[in-house]
Amino acid sequence: MTDTAFDTPAIDRSAMKVSDEVAIDIVNMNKWFGTFHVLRDINLTVNRGERIVIAGPSGSGKSTLIRCINRLEEHQTGKIVVDGTELTSDLKNIDKIRSEVGMCFQHFNLFPHLTILENCTLAPIWVRKVPKKEAEETAMHFLEKVKIPEQASKYPGQLSGGQQQRVAIARSLCMKPRIMLFDEPTSALDPEMIKEVLDTMIELAQEGMTMICVTHEMGFARQVANRVIFMDQGQIVEQNEPEEFFNNPRSERTKLFLSQILGH
Amino acid sequence: MSNTHADTVSYVRDTMLMQQDPPSTSVGVVGWARGNLFSGWFNTILTILSAAFVLWLLAGIVPWVVSPTWNASSLTECREILAGHEGACWGVIHERWNQLLFGFYPQELYWRPVLALVLLLIALGPILFADFVSPKILPFSAVYPFIGAWLLWGGTIWTPVMAALGFVVGYGVFVLAQRFIVPGLAFLAAVLAALVWWLVIMPFALPDLARLIPIGLEAVQSRQFGGFMLSITIGVTAILFSLPIGILLALGRRSDLPLVKWLCVGFIEFIRGVPLITLLFVASTLLNIFLPPGTNFDIILRVMIMVTLFASAYMAEVIRGGLAALPKGQYEGADSLGLDYWQAQRLIIMPQALKISIPGIVSTFIGVFKDTTLVSIISMFDPLGLANAIRADSAWNGIYWELFIFIGAVFFIFCFSMSRYSMYLERKLQTGHR
Repeated sequence: MTDTAFDTPAIDRSAMKVSDEVAIDIVNMNKWFGTFHVLRDINLTVNRGERIVIAGPSGSGKSTLIRCINRLEEHQTGKIVVDGTELTSDLKNIDKIRSEVGMCFQHFNLFPHLTILENCTLAPIWVRKVPKKEAEETAMHFLEKVKIPEQASKYPGQLSGGQQQRVAIARSLCMKPRIMLFDEPTSALDPEMIKEVLDTMIELAQEGMTMICVTHEMGFARQVANRVIFMDQGQIVEQNEPEEFFNNPRSERTKLFLSQILGH
Repeated sequence: MSNTHADTVSYVRDTMLMQQDPPSTSVGVVGWARGNLFSGWFNTILTILSAAFVLWLLAGIVPWVVSPTWNASSLTECREILAGHEGACWGVIHERWNQLLFGFYPQELYWRPVLALVLLLIALGPILFADFVSPKILPFSAVYPFIGAWLLWGGTIWTPVMAALGFVVGYGVFVLAQRFIVPGLAFLAAVLAALVWWLVIMPFALPDLARLIPIGLEAVQSRQFGGFMLSITIGVTAILFSLPIGILLALGRRSDLPLVKWLCVGFIEFIRGVPLITLLFVASTLLNIFLPPGTNFDIILRVMIMVTLFASAYMAEVIRGGLAALPKGQYEGADSLGLDYWQAQRLIIMPQALKISIPGIVSTFIGVFKDTTLVSIISMFDPLGLANAIRADSAWNGIYWELFIFIGAVFFIFCFSMSRYSMYLERKLQTGHR
């Protein structure tokens, strides 16, 4: 089976070290939407520095899973521990975890009434209580990193989708998160713009960021991930290193899925 | 195209085309007239017919309006001046304009409402035109309600000072209580403290303070208020207070806390389900039954409260519409960055929801302002009430059009200004496509 979707130049995986320290620990987690059992008995441990790609058909619960990690969705049973703090209904804990965990969304969710710079400085100023000037310097640093410092004074509506998603990444990074979650970051983008966003994510991975990424970009998974997780019907069906996952999928469901998305 | 099919398939452009000007017949005045007035024979006929109709209307109205009756002192005198011709009798406006504007407010004190209006415009400056007016005026805007009320009603200066101190007391209690109890309870304690200050300490201390340090203006009774001054006083108060109350009600209606939610829903549905006139009757008559005997709760204040509550209920629904129009992603974006509920509302949600709701909000404002004419039902002299009073005078008995045209024109100026302002605001807040 070949993967020709994205042939980015070979990247240096040796720089991406995985430590023994646990970043996220999910134990026997279950979630229901009303009576519908969306996540069933999820067990997942993510170490610091890991790059995990979650794949699966739509409706398999992959977005819901990562949304549980920063409590955009509430789980009903089981335990989620992020950075040593357990997610409970305690609002203080939730806000603490959210400021440690960055998230990028399929539709960017930038704030259209604020400039790019203001989008990036808002949370540091109000949540981290960073002085405005310092927050702006940090924001410009990360905007340069995602290669759009010249757009700082524009509004999100004036940028292309790819640029908006890179701003969203910079906005998350301004909070200096220890973990980044990506919820289908390239699904809403034109094909020409997918690469610029993936390049930014690859760069992030090379700097050792702990990442969990829901995506259909299998080229990205193969090159960057150290673990690929396949979900179906609210369960983790298979997880493996990318080489093994793509070359020797073990479950029938995974084989079917891979043949569907890589078949043409 | 003379090329063969094979050529078109393998076509390659070697030079890119430059941008060109559009043809002159499609731009400018000519282009506009061609496109909008004379595009085709049917539209041309419609244009000519409409122009003729407008001219015919003007030919009827203008001579009536331009009528040399400005100095007439009664309807009979007007008729003598016009000598059988059709024409307006503007003498009534000339003689009674001050009454239409100020009601029965003492003439020698007209400077007070005028000054109050001028100060109101200054106080609104930094709020309405933040781009042009320095925010240094904002503290003045905050104390204006007390200055304005004092100028209008007069009396001892200690009434507005003590009323303002109530807010200081409330704030002090809030800051102090926050150290010991949760913010919600601290807020409740602050409200209670302020109420105790206003309802118990203030009535107790005021007479003595006024006697010891007698600074004040000549007092004017509420029943002397009237005309546009009354409309503006009630209207501006209702407009200013209905927006924040409406925001809180809209948020409360979307709250996860059942008690808060049902209180807000109950309030909104009850107020919206009852005609404003009913509420005004409650304010003017029924409220006295519930108040302890002997309390003199000002009638204008009661009406202001009722109109404000009425406007707030509508405002809440307009703002709820704006909140519902925001994509869920905005809430998630704010949440994922660790903003707490009030930060998210203040920095992310409200600026956008209010912007979406501007047309509805301003419509509600305009509606409230015009609804102030309903107070004539409870025998307060708003402009319409005064019009009836003026017509009861034998000199002006039988005059209709001139008074109502004048009142209508003044209302139109206010409402149209609000409408234009809302359009200015929408343009200002436009930040590209979403």
